[in-house]
Amino acid sequence: MSLEKKYPEEVKQILSKYPPEQKRSAVMPLLYLAQREEGYLTKTAMQDVARIVGITETDVAALVGFYTLYHDKKEGKYRMQVCTDLPCALRGAEEFMEDLCSNLGIKVGETTADGFVTVEAVTCLAACDKAPMFQTQGPDGIKYHENMNVDRTMELISVLRRSGREVEK
Amino acid sequence: MSYIVLRHRDIPDFNKLDVYQKNGGFAAFQSAVTKMKPNEVTDVVKNSGLRGRGGAGFPTGMKWAFIDNKNWPHYVVANADESEPGTFKDREIMEGNPFQFLEGLALASYAVGANVAYVYLRGEFWQLGILLDEKIAEMEKAGILGDKLWGTDYSLRIYTHLGAGAYICGEETAMLESLEGKRGQPRVRPPFPPAYGLYGKPTVINNVETLTNVPMILANGAEWYKAIGTADSAGVKVFSLSGRVRKPGNYELPFGTTFRELIYTHGGGVQDSRAVKAIMPAGASSSLIVVNDEKILDTPMDYATVRTLGGDLGSASVIIIDDSVSMDWLVNKTVHFFKHESCGKCTPCREGTYWMSNIIERIQHGHGTTGDVDLLLNVAKQIQGKCLCALGEFSTMAVVTGIERFPQDFKNAVSPAPLPPVYVKESEGMEKA
Repeated sequence: MSLEKKYPEEVKQILSKYPPEQKRSAVMPLLYLAQREEGYLTKTAMQDVARIVGITETDVAALVGFYTLYHDKKEGKYRMQVCTDLPCALRGAEEFMEDLCSNLGIKVGETTADGFVTVEAVTCLAACDKAPMFQTQGPDGIKYHENMNVDRTMELISVLRRSGREVEK
Repeated sequence: MSYIVLRHRDIPDFNKLDVYQKNGGFAAFQSAVTKMKPNEVTDVVKNSGLRGRGGAGFPTGMKWAFIDNKNWPHYVVANADESEPGTFKDREIMEGNPFQFLEGLALASYAVGANVAYVYLRGEFWQLGILLDEKIAEMEKAGILGDKLWGTDYSLRIYTHLGAGAYICGEETAMLESLEGKRGQPRVRPPFPPAYGLYGKPTVINNVETLTNVPMILANGAEWYKAIGTADSAGVKVFSLSGRVRKPGNYELPFGTTFRELIYTHGGGVQDSRAVKAIMPAGASSSLIVVNDEKILDTPMDYATVRTLGGDLGSASVIIIDDSVSMDWLVNKTVHFFKHESCGKCTPCREGTYWMSNIIERIQHGHGTTGDVDLLLNVAKQIQGKCLCALGEFSTMAVVTGIERFPQDFKNAVSPAPLPPVYVKESEGMEKA
């Protein structure tokens, strides 16, 4: 089913934010919408977005290739994006990352065997005073988890696995 | 002194519309729309001495006055792309004090005659986008946003727009490109946005913190604001303090507060009671200020004075480096960041950050020689002054000041004699911004 058919209200609402002759501005919010279910952008989804805003599929792919939060490959249902930038690294983010990966039995950039969690190292998330921290990118959008340690993170993952929802401890 | 920007810390539930209004909220906007001419609003802000809080420190009122009145419609965009490593103030402001920020945006819009304003949030601020959408809807319901406000001819709509994880979109022309649905790559300037901005129309772009000051300036007057801070830098600044301090966080203080007061009185001092080795006052884009003399810590923080130390105050994202940190490690971190975030438009930045990253990685892996340090400095200097936006320049600041001001750290990290060539796995090609 095409994006317009699946989410008619959302598409209309997104387009209403921009002048009618500037539909292209809607491309980024539409890409988030198209990515919602699968966690990545399929070729068909990109074609849908291109058609709605009236640009080529290549233009859309160029955006997906440019912006970090769009994905063109299927990976874990939840992406745990750990900030390892300078201010976080000064507060133990690298050690946190290492411990987390060894607990999950994966390396940075890899996905757990059940396809549930992908761990990624990312640049600054504007939470430098609350390191170690990460965000989860998943079906419900993006959420911050701050002042974290490995135990609390493993607990969060098991809550997610059980309920399919993020419940802040 | 009570808070001017972080007022939610003084007043409970300040992010609720009725509480904000009970405390004088939106009175400034209503009185501007019903009683003042747009240029009178601009004049108050101009006279207050308010300067942009996003990093460049450009006088806000002057920016508004540059708007081209021969070309319509006009737009205002709030820069909420906060992505500089070490900066986390705009997030707290928008979460805790969303209405004052939105009122500032509304006042800016009225001053430049814009009927549509956008809040460009970094994509990671997903939850904040939801929150602001709710607050905007409440304002519409209360008649603070919408058509023909308070019976005048002035109409205003505010929309949020999420970016998708690109630091470069904090650069104002890259932000406009992104808002137009394109890759966030900076434009050639001039023309500047007040002449040619969003959709080619005159546009003013202001940082969240800058805008959040505006309602208080309108309510209390330019002279009141100007009396706070220093002659060079009026008012208060939200300092984001991070790194090796005991109590990292946001501290709203008048310009002219010393580094010592920020670090020791507010930040609780350095972790493990170590000595401060260096300060990065403007996040990862900073020059490294050497703290080899206790007196340096007594420097007042305003734009002009920090410059005398060989650095810039920028967005006042103060990262504290203690004496356990070696600068080659730190430079590897900043270079990695800028390599990842380079948009790829200008060759010196795209290629320069790539090669700086390769060289510093080699040094970090114990394969570097003294020649590599010279080469790294050489590459950095070839980037400087050759890029369309400041990102290229920023990528070199820690590199150049690190090598020049902390030569011993680099000497210790490399072998004095040339090593036989080794194979170092090159990093992958172009990354996402």
